[in-house]
Amino acid sequence: MPDFAAPSAHASTARPARVADLFWAFNRLALQGFGGVLPVAQRELVERLHWLTREQFLELLSLSQVLPGPNIINLGLILGDRFLGWRGGVAAVAGLMLAPTALVLALAVAATRFSGVPQVSGALRGMGIVAAGLILSTALKLAPGLQHNIVGRPAAAALVALTVLAIGGLRWPLAAVVLGLGAVAVAWAWRRSAT
Amino acid sequence: MMGWSAIVWGPLGIGLSEWTQLFLHFTTLSLLAVGGAIATVPDMQRFVVEDKGWLSDAQFSNCIALGQAAPGPNVLFVAVIGFSVGGLAGVVATLSGTLLPSTTLALAASRWGNRNQLSRGLRAFTSGLAPLTIGLLLATGWILLQPVGWHWQPALLVAGTLLLMMRTRLSPLWAIAAGALAGAMGWV
Repeated sequence: MPDFAAPSAHASTARPARVADLFWAFNRLALQGFGGVLPVAQRELVERLHWLTREQFLELLSLSQVLPGPNIINLGLILGDRFLGWRGGVAAVAGLMLAPTALVLALAVAATRFSGVPQVSGALRGMGIVAAGLILSTALKLAPGLQHNIVGRPAAAALVALTVLAIGGLRWPLAAVVLGLGAVAVAWAWRRSAT
Repeated sequence: MMGWSAIVWGPLGIGLSEWTQLFLHFTTLSLLAVGGAIATVPDMQRFVVEDKGWLSDAQFSNCIALGQAAPGPNVLFVAVIGFSVGGLAGVVATLSGTLLPSTTLALAASRWGNRNQLSRGLRAFTSGLAPLTIGLLLATGWILLQPVGWHWQPALLVAGTLLLMMRTRLSPLWAIAAGALAGAMGWV
């Protein structure tokens, strides 16, 4: 775990002085992030603000990815907490969420008000199709990472197929799949990591 | 027109019992969101559309689309689902349900986790769950496309989106804009 208070060879050069700094920094990067905030976060936190070195950012990112929940929220929370305690964490999450939530709800109200207009409902339908495509593209971009997965390629492919079948085809509850199939997968990875 | 009551409590006029059900369901999904909140979309759809009938398939897809069209974390679509079901009260239910358990765990893990002690366990955990994450994303895309039906125009739009995302560094916003245009013109 990087200790941000201690100076080291890779120490970042700056840090937020006040809780409000965290709020505004995360507010600013959230509002720039269309279709994902993480690339913007890297640019802002590492390159513009110098709050983190690239190595610290990567470590923080992998920790945020292992934990359940939205990665960027976990990242903001942990970073804010390490700099300025839990208030810093809350400020970072509030910065990430408040303005974008207000914006998206305004969009939702407008969409509902004009849903009788065929162009508006058509546009929403088209955007929905693209949204599905974006989610599929995320899966396809991540898939090559499975080649080096410790469970092995055949097991990884089988786990992907079984998950798609159980969730998409059979519509099983997520809890059953993650706790059942997921437990088997993690146990298998644990066994294979010993050798 | 949406009145104030519809904005605060939603168009369905949900009561405390429905609000609690909504909150509790999203709470249970929070810690299962391995690979981000979008991986829990199939279960949200099952609950909100199929079990409860609060939203239609098309309304549910609109929530995801609006969440992706706005700037900010991808988890915003959860707020739109909450709003469509239960107005601002619904937003509080779905957002706090989604975020409270996972953020509490993240804070605890960050403060007390010891990277060296946990490294083999962490590696097994991430490696084991990675294929499930990809499967969940594929299933999400599949479920969102089901109400659209298998026609060549939507298939072309999906293929174009995949091409843009896989082969160029353009912002996904361009794909969303193209989808909105194609939809408004009645092409898909």
